[in-house]
Amino acid sequence: MKKSKSFWAFLILAAVVYVVVQFFIGSGLINIYYSNLLITIAINIILAVSLHLVIGITGQFSIGHAGFLAVGAYISAIATMKLELPFILAVVIGGVIAALAGLIVGIPTLRLRGDYLAIATLGFAEIIRIALFNIDYVGGAAGMQVSHLTTWTVTFVCLVITILVITNFTNSRHGRACIAVRENEIAADAMGINTTFYKVLAFAIGSFFAGIAGGLFSHNFYIIQPGNFGFLKSFDILIFVVLGGLGSLTGSVISAILLTVISAFLAQYPETRMIIYSLVLVIVMLYRPQGLMGTREVTDLFKWKPAKGGN
Amino acid sequence: MDWLQQLINGISLGSIYALIALGYTMVYGIIKLINFAHGDVFMVGAFIGFYAIKGWGLSFLPALIISMAFCAVFGVLIERIAYKRLRNATRIAALITAIGMSLLIEYGMIYIRGAQPEAYPADVLPNKAINFLGVHINSQSLFILLTSIILMIILQFIVQRTKMGKAMRAVSLDMDAARLMGISVDKTISFTFAIGSALAGAAGVVFGVYYTKIEPLMGVIPGLKAFVAAVLGGIGSIPGAMVGGIFLGVIESIVSAAGFSLWRDAAAFVILILILIFRPSGIFGKNTREKV
Repeated sequence: MKKSKSFWAFLILAAVVYVVVQFFIGSGLINIYYSNLLITIAINIILAVSLHLVIGITGQFSIGHAGFLAVGAYISAIATMKLELPFILAVVIGGVIAALAGLIVGIPTLRLRGDYLAIATLGFAEIIRIALFNIDYVGGAAGMQVSHLTTWTVTFVCLVITILVITNFTNSRHGRACIAVRENEIAADAMGINTTFYKVLAFAIGSFFAGIAGGLFSHNFYIIQPGNFGFLKSFDILIFVVLGGLGSLTGSVISAILLTVISAFLAQYPETRMIIYSLVLVIVMLYRPQGLMGTREVTDLFKWKPAKGGN
Repeated sequence: MDWLQQLINGISLGSIYALIALGYTMVYGIIKLINFAHGDVFMVGAFIGFYAIKGWGLSFLPALIISMAFCAVFGVLIERIAYKRLRNATRIAALITAIGMSLLIEYGMIYIRGAQPEAYPADVLPNKAINFLGVHINSQSLFILLTSIILMIILQFIVQRTKMGKAMRAVSLDMDAARLMGISVDKTISFTFAIGSALAGAAGVVFGVYYTKIEPLMGVIPGLKAFVAAVLGGIGSIPGAMVGGIFLGVIESIVSAAGFSLWRDAAAFVILILILIFRPSGIFGKNTREKV
């Protein structure tokens, strides 16, 4: 009952946001620059939420998320530009192939822990980037021409689906298993949770949505290049999740919105932007390592919670 | 006899990786932190060497020493400012801080001096082709190899024969027990950072002399590859880092010589993933079981 209430509240909120923005775009009140910014924000939220599932919920430290973004971007671009499939289908194909890539990467590497996993995911992302660099079919270093097909409606629908799927997953039996893995892998194992299965599952779902975001990303610009998907892109996504709070979905959404807006304003000063980003990251880690929101959600703030405890 | 030339190139490149990898491996051995900023200390070392040679007209050896001294101080500063507070933090927090420090140094450098590359003068070291058994060997490669070997011997001496080296080994074995034995753990960790960073600075100068071009983002890829070398040799093991670095350098030159030079960077990561999957403790590492 309670869950379904928040579900409908979220859908109504989403519909209101959509209608308002669509009205602004349709009536020409905001120009093409700002509507593009809105699309970028939505894509970044999808990326942040998909990485939140891997790092925040399952506790697997992946710093190669841009690799899956690249897979989704390139596969969907091939689907529309070379195979001439419809855009929506192309985005879904990009997501599915990215999820497959996530499986292929996840099954061997998720046996590793902590630092080693981070380095292995980084290595995989670099391999994907170097491979794209060397494949002439997708244009190599020069990149690939992609037509502009991403619209606000499509992006927003993808965003809503992503958030719904990931919240429902988190609140399900499987999500609780993932949280158990995050809290203590050995204890979770002892409780009979198939830890490898849940780690790979979360990784594949995260990669799927990263692939979806990739499809939207590539069709939002006119050209994609392997250089767009380097370590810095992974880092951009990572900072959304870390700043928002590891384990807080609303936190990563808020920080994705904030940081996208800030970096749009700092677009002329890329060095300043990176210095601010890295300083924020270091300072947050030193003084508030759980991130701005910790594992709490914004919705928790509005709930009246009677004091719990023994008698 | 072209392959012998390639082999020598590979070993020279590998000895640069090995010098960087030593810093990774010593720091990881002591505080279990992948110091992502290490590759950037290497970059700073290359620039200090460049300014010493170009600006003050020094020769190779004084420039090397100045750069090593500067980097040692710089490494201790990084440790004191960022990592010291994280001794009891989670591994993820420490790793994210290290990534943040790395980007801060890179973009701070770009902010200070711009992103344009610099070129080392070509005549820092004698550059002659030495004819050895019918093979032409570049004298610079030999100088670089010699420098690295001397530095590694000094390092071995410090770690195995001095009191501080003994303290380093003790702290890496068991930090709490070492503290109980009266070893100043903070001082030992700072000392480890100083030595590791000095070696990275030396690697930076050597890299600059050998490849001439240096730029603020040059530390990223060699840093990652040196980390691969450290993992390959068994992270935490000093001989492992040396062997891993040279092995990686030779593999890279074989891949280049076989005509896949564009795939060279991928080779290191493929090796990394294979090692992590099949033998995560590396060539010289010991298998440790996780205690509950």
